[in-house]
Order: sequence, then C-alpha cells, then structure tokens
Amino acid sequence: MIAAPYLHENASISRTMGLVMLALFPATVLGLYQFGWPAILLFTTTVLAAIVAEYFCLKVAGKIAKPFLLDGSAILTGWLLAMTLPPWAPWWIGILGAFLAIVVGKHVFGGLGQNLFNPAMVARVALLISFPFEMTLFTQPNPFFSVYNLSFNDSLDIFLGYPIPDAFTSATVLDFYKAELSQGISALQIKTDSLTQLLWGNTSGSLGETSALLIVLGGLFLIYKRVITWHIPVAMLGTLTLLASVLFWFDPNSYMSPVTHLLSGAVLLGAFFIATDLVTSPVSTRGQLIFGAGCGLLVLVIRTFGNYPEGVAFAVLLMNGFTPLIDHYFKPRIYGRDRKGQPLSNEP
Amino acid sequence: MNNHYLRIAKDGLWDNNIVFAQALALCPLLAVTGTASNGLGMGLASTLVLMLSGGLISLSRTLISPQVRIPIFVLIIAVLVSLVDMFINAWLHDLHKVLGLFIPLIVTNCAILGRAEAFASRNPVLPALFDGLMIGLGFTLALVVLGAAREVLGSGTLFANAALLLGSWATLLEVTLVSDYAGFLLIVLPPGGFLVLGFLLAGKRVLDKRINQFQQRRQVIVTAEEATS
Repeated sequence: MIAAPYLHENASISRTMGLVMLALFPATVLGLYQFGWPAILLFTTTVLAAIVAEYFCLKVAGKIAKPFLLDGSAILTGWLLAMTLPPWAPWWIGILGAFLAIVVGKHVFGGLGQNLFNPAMVARVALLISFPFEMTLFTQPNPFFSVYNLSFNDSLDIFLGYPIPDAFTSATVLDFYKAELSQGISALQIKTDSLTQLLWGNTSGSLGETSALLIVLGGLFLIYKRVITWHIPVAMLGTLTLLASVLFWFDPNSYMSPVTHLLSGAVLLGAFFIATDLVTSPVSTRGQLIFGAGCGLLVLVIRTFGNYPEGVAFAVLLMNGFTPLIDHYFKPRIYGRDRKGQPLSNEP
Repeated sequence: MNNHYLRIAKDGLWDNNIVFAQALALCPLLAVTGTASNGLGMGLASTLVLMLSGGLISLSRTLISPQVRIPIFVLIIAVLVSLVDMFINAWLHDLHKVLGLFIPLIVTNCAILGRAEAFASRNPVLPALFDGLMIGLGFTLALVVLGAAREVLGSGTLFANAALLLGSWATLLEVTLVSDYAGFLLIVLPPGGFLVLGFLLAGKRVLDKRINQFQQRRQVIVTAEEATS
C-alpha cells in the first residue's frame, strides 16, 4: 500500500467531457468550415436537441436536472452524433437522432454510466436503417470563401429538407470503392481522392470524420491527458491494418489497400473517440485489447464483405454487446492478489 | 356473483392484462403488429380460441388427471386452432386470405395454455368462458394499440386495409395521417416492436400510478368528511 499523503487528481465527469470536446474541436471546426452553413445548422440543432431530450428525461425520472445537464455528457453525445451525420442532412435527422441517442440509447438503461451501447452509435444505426436515402447522401466539400459555398438562405432551404442539387452530391471514398469493386473494376485502377486530401479532410464524408490528421491529433491529446489509454485505438487500428494488408497482399485487385482503409471513413474517429467510450468498453487492459481487435476485425469484415460501405458504427455496437462477457472473463488483478483472486504468498 | 364477473373482466382487460401486466404472448404480439388491422384480426381470432379452449378445458377438468394435464391442454388447443382455421377458410374465405398466416400462429400463444392452467382447469364453465373472452379482449386491445402506434409512427397511416378484414364499410376507418410520409422503417421492423412495447408498458405503469394516487386522495377526502360530520 502507498502511504499518505495522496495527490488529488481533480478528475470529474465534466472535466473528462470537456477534454474530449477540446480534442474533438479541431476536426469539428474543419468540418463546419468546409461543409458550410447547412452543417453548422445541423450541428447546432443536434446538440440543442440532445440537451432538451436530456432535460426531459431527467424530469421524467425525477432526478435533479442541473448537475446532470451541466456535466456535459448530453452535449458530447449530441456532438459525437452530429460528427457522424451526413453534413447536409435535414433538421429532423438531427432532432430524431438526438432523441434516439439520449432517450433510447441512454436513459432507458438508467442514465449516465448505465447504458450498454454507445448512445451516439445507437442513434446513427437506427437512422441509417430507417432513412437509408438521407443517411447516405454525402456532399463534396464546399468551404466558406470558395465559389462553391452556399449562401445562408440556400443553406436554410437544404436544412429544412429541400432536395440537394445533384451538382453538390458526391460519393465518399468508401462508397466509390464499393460501387467500382462490385462492377469488377480492379482496385488498383480506381481513381479517387488523393491521400493528402484524406489526410487534411478535403473529401466528402460525414461532418466530422473527414480529416484523418486532426482526429489523430485529438486522439493523441486524449491519450496524453490520460482520458483514454492507447489499448483500444492501437488494437483496433492494428487489427484492421494487419488484416487489410494480408488481403491486399493476397489480391490487390479486389481489396482496398490498408492505407485507404485507415484514412477513409469513420475508422479513426471510431478508434479514438467512439470505441473508447468509458461506459461501454471493457475495464481491464487485456479486455480492451480484445475489444479493440474485435472492432477492427468487424470493420474490415463489414466493409469488405457486407452490404454497407462503412461498418464502424455496427462494429462498435456489436463489440459493446460483448463488453459484459469480456469483463466477466478478463477482470483486472486486485492489488495484493494474483489473477485468480488468491492472496500473493510471501514465499520466494 | 356479479362482483366475481366484474373482477374477471377488470383483470382480463386491464389489471392483469395478458400483455401489459403479465408480458405473455409476446411472440404473436411482435410478429403481427405492423399495422392496427393485422393486430385486430389476430386479436379476434385469438379471443375465439381462448373462449373455446377455456370452456372445453373447464368442462373436462374433472376427467383430466393432473399428471398428464399439459399434453391434453396442448392437444385441445391444437384441435381448436385447426378447427378455427378450417372454419374461417370454409365460410369466411376472404378473411382467411388476410388472416391465414396468423391463425396457425395462435397455437404458439402461451397465453392460451397459461389461462387453461391458471383459470379454466380450476373454475366452472361459465366463468371460464367469460375469462377467455375478457383475456382475449385485453389481448386484442394490446394488439390494436401497439399496431396503431407502430403503424402511425412507421408508415403514417392508421387501419390500412381494414376493409379486407371487416368488410367494405371499414374503408371509413382507413386514415392516411401524413400523405407524403417517407416511413420510419425501424419502427416497422422487429426492434421497433420491442421499443414501442417498452414505452407502452412504461405508459401503463405511469397511468396506474396516477389512478392509485387519485384514489388515495379521494379516500383521504372521504375519511376527512366523515370525521368532520
């Protein structure tokens, strides 16, 4: 045992949530900048709707609203959900999604810390299954100060559900690969956004998932601040890279390269910000490694062999379902005892 | 005696409702409640089987030895479901085209075996028939409410295709609430059934709590008045 005095770590829910938001900030600002006013409107609506839904649930459950509202968990859920929505989705997608995340994903299970599944991903998958058209309609980047940028009035029309003109829509990299590969075109000949575009985020995709660089930066900040540990991201990305490399080495004509796997879609956002959710991931480090590896494997399987081009949300939800089982078999060692729970003997 | 029947009716319809209180019969419930009309058809067919099985089992309750009662109940229920199936097919053929899929499903309904075991095998014929009717109507209520909620949320209509079930006058019932509704597919799919059922169960508990509070308050007022007079 360590003797007193102890250092106080000053950890609280609101501090953790604040640090995660700080880490998400660069990628979010880039997303809002390059997808323009519709994205800003959608983002604001989703976060506000999450707060309203949280307030409503706390009232119904008879809890004190103020401390729970101020801890930032509802804002973060809404924020994460908005990051994974198509940036030009209409207003009701954001509101319905926030409601599904907070009510069905979180408070039905008993509120903060009780939920089995990641609330933002529950909402995203429910929306994707229910509204496949709206949830897979992506737009090319049209940043502020560029000729493609929409005026505020036009943006409001898009936000209110006016159909997006075809000139603005664009398939994501993963969509494009899926479509081309299914037509029997060799993966080596598919021309799509360059790696620099994927790194900086100048590509079509969900609101906050486009810039690989900024997301990794935010993730490293979280690891540095010890909000998350390295185990889940490394296991998830490592498994994905390894298996994708094996497939690519086996047949480069019909499988995506591991670099494209890593840099496109939501896999980096998922590895650093979504799979690492403290509530829905295993406690022990060995458990976290298994959890992360499972996520990586499922992402690869769904992307390569499934019907959907992207599978991060499904993968994380499936592994969330395994978390109680993993926690049952891989418990952290108790201090002063061995892995089986027997006291350590003093004999050499 | 009348009080006894009142109790059976109240239990079957609300207090001890087969779905909302006992959470039995969920398999047919979740399977057919995509629309309110389907729920109504399934509910009425189940009510018929519930009444007949209740009556028959109550009649033969002195003949059946307790050791073999379950197989015999199952046999009776299976015979009745087959009879109802053939009866509807022969004389109400149009109805059978709509309901045909659900009728064999009635045999999987654990509510029927449950009532046979819990009520019909211990009570005289008339109460057993009445209990079957009330449990059946309570089940129908649950099916229609859940079906209506899922239909409105999932496809924006109410009682679609009711005319197939109830005859041409029922076109009056068919309502399209939102004309260009895109559809909320999750609610129509099985997970939506569980979700909506969960919210309905929570709603019933809230309602029961309110009723309870109201009655207690009335009780307090009544005793206070008695004390002052």
